[in-house]
Amino acid sequence: MTDTAATGGPVLAADGTPLKKSLARALRIQKLRALALIAPLLIFVLVSFIIPIGTMLSRSVANDLVADTLPLTVVALESWDAESGELPDEPVYAAFVTDMVAAIAVKRHTRLGTRLNYEQTGMSSLFRKSGRKIKKLDPAADAPFKDTLIGINKDWGDVETWKVLKTHSVRITNGYFLNAIDMRRTPEGAQAQPEDKQILVTLFQRTLIMSLVITASCIVLGYPVAWILANLPARTANVLMILVLLPFWTSLLVRTSAWKVMLQQQGVINEVLVWVGLVADDARLVMINNQFGTIVAMTHILLPFMILPMYSVMQTIKPTYVRAAKSMGATDWTAFWRIYFPLSVPGIGAGSILVFILAIGYYITPEIVGGTKGVFISNRIAYHISSSLNWGLAAALGAILLAVVLILYWAYDKIVGIDNVKLG
Amino acid sequence: MADVSNVDAFVEFERVQKSYDGENLVVKDLNLTMPKGEFLTMLGPSGSGKTTCLMMLAGFETATHGDIRLDGTSINNIPPHKRGIGMVFQNYALFPHMTIAENLSFPLEVRKMGKSQREEKVKRALDMVEMGAFGGRRPAQLSGGQQQRIALARALVFEPELVLMDEPLGALDKQLREKMQFEITHLAHRLGITVVYVTHDQTEALTMSDRVAVFDDGRIQQIAPPDQLYESPENSFVAQFIGENNTLEGTVKEINNGIALVQLDGGELIDCKPVNVSKPGERTRVSIRPERVEYNKERLQEGVHTLKAEVLEFIYMGDIFRTRLRVAGNDEFVIKTRNAPDQIRLQPGQQIEIGWLPEDCRALDA
Repeated sequence: MTDTAATGGPVLAADGTPLKKSLARALRIQKLRALALIAPLLIFVLVSFIIPIGTMLSRSVANDLVADTLPLTVVALESWDAESGELPDEPVYAAFVTDMVAAIAVKRHTRLGTRLNYEQTGMSSLFRKSGRKIKKLDPAADAPFKDTLIGINKDWGDVETWKVLKTHSVRITNGYFLNAIDMRRTPEGAQAQPEDKQILVTLFQRTLIMSLVITASCIVLGYPVAWILANLPARTANVLMILVLLPFWTSLLVRTSAWKVMLQQQGVINEVLVWVGLVADDARLVMINNQFGTIVAMTHILLPFMILPMYSVMQTIKPTYVRAAKSMGATDWTAFWRIYFPLSVPGIGAGSILVFILAIGYYITPEIVGGTKGVFISNRIAYHISSSLNWGLAAALGAILLAVVLILYWAYDKIVGIDNVKLG
Repeated sequence: MADVSNVDAFVEFERVQKSYDGENLVVKDLNLTMPKGEFLTMLGPSGSGKTTCLMMLAGFETATHGDIRLDGTSINNIPPHKRGIGMVFQNYALFPHMTIAENLSFPLEVRKMGKSQREEKVKRALDMVEMGAFGGRRPAQLSGGQQQRIALARALVFEPELVLMDEPLGALDKQLREKMQFEITHLAHRLGITVVYVTHDQTEALTMSDRVAVFDDGRIQQIAPPDQLYESPENSFVAQFIGENNTLEGTVKEINNGIALVQLDGGELIDCKPVNVSKPGERTRVSIRPERVEYNKERLQEGVHTLKAEVLEFIYMGDIFRTRLRVAGNDEFVIKTRNAPDQIRLQPGQQIEIGWLPEDCRALDA
């Protein structure tokens, strides 16, 4: 045995190697084994989660299409001053025709048109229509092109067309993010979208506010249920727990559709109200295809996510705490508010984070019962993914949503402390 | 039973019964009177009803039948928070989300006491349990013994006249437990408070209490000061439950001049003090404490009946010797002797004769 104090050197293992080294060697095998055990999951998560999210996020800033399709034009446009109000010179037009002829040969010009159409309507048809005629031009023989092009379509004689081309020729763009917050990229810098195109910020605000309302109603409805479950004898609690979990075992679509049946104007609730005479037949309540419908249906669907963490936290609160408080002279209310409630806050926190994060990205329910006033930002993302095919904007919206969730999570950590969140 | 007149009764249970399910009685016909300033321990095996009694007194359980009175007034319908009874719980029940000082301040806050007065009382209570420096800590940062002290201070800080303790030392190790037993008794006597203490540890009950109530099967089997309880158990349950005890079974042959002659099942005759037996022919269980058995012939009283015994095992325990014998067919007969210089050390296999004073040998119910 070597004693550090005696020799002053590093502690050595029995065989003379430094103790640290031999410890590291002994631990390495354990670490490798642990790694091998989690490897399948790690690879799965990497392939199915991290890489898709990464590529999606990169789409929110990637803008290679313009620069790849019109390489010569982009270079030629660099020397053109967009602020001058004058059209570019002949070399730009020549470069453009050369690029276009090459692009038309591989049919990429329509994709470019679609891309630029996000920024200015009409671009798609401009590229499609002009394409047919430019195809017949010979870049080597038919110069000059400026007047030819303007002759093909007068939009090529519009400064705005070239401005759009120049503005969106960068490879990394903030254009999608600007679009996502109702602004747009212009040669003069970021500017607000025209009034009639400003919908996304409102949608974001609506998503946040409605998610908060849903979370709050889940707390209000779930807290007493969790309390009762936690204070009942185990056997009864288990039976009632099934009622809480039952919605989990029913298809989401079925539950949402059920709310449609309940809430619509010819639905169960309205019929009953009319029958009882509380509501006139011609003044039936509008409870669906609006925000009310979305909040009701989503509160119902997300309620178990609030009750379960609350329940598991409340189960750990020993009844002696409340008894102790009462023995010291606290009324039922004081004992609840000063003792029981603070101890149950970790459950509320965990449930709220869960419900809020689920709500903010919810898609199916708002789509079915939300109408136009009750849809969420996720419905807009889905629209851009599958209908307008503006994936860049969809990615930017998604990235903002992700950032909002992370910021709120961080804020929660700062205010309440994340170790105060208990799921059980 | 100790004769406490109802005039100075502070806590009274009168014909109290408690049932949880409407079929079985957990507490059967409980009668108990405590004077002010008494330290009473409720002792019994688990399920004997002692904790239920405590909870009824605290107000967390309602009596199914009977009357519970505190200082002359019935408290059956008074909610717990208006009873003004201090309570120490089994696992202390210190509020984990509050500091120690906040924990102590809580009962004063709900009494709407001013801030400066509160701080002063909290400080005094913390000093009383020698925990003055710990006011800013959280319960989780304290050791078990420290938490115990805080729980005690919290139960006393609002100066209740009656304090209930529900197995407060159960979670502590032996040494700490002994120290705390001593401290709690001293504190209780110094402050003059009335204490009802629940435990299943008989040593704790004997060392701490003015009186001990032994519970079994929902009834008080005996209520007496510790020495009486140990030396004069009134029935075989108490004799078995308190301290170590040797039991021999037999039939009463005759009772003369306060001495019962009992014939053991093996035919041997012994002299006993009749406690639960009144006439010849009754079955009885004879109880004798291990330290009251004498085997040194020179010290045995003349004329007493003796029994033959064979030494089975000799255990050296430091301060005492513990010897296991076979007596009248009973292999578990134990005697204890003080480790004194002149003491005889028995050897396994040795044949001896044992005897005792008739008053140490109690003929109890069968």
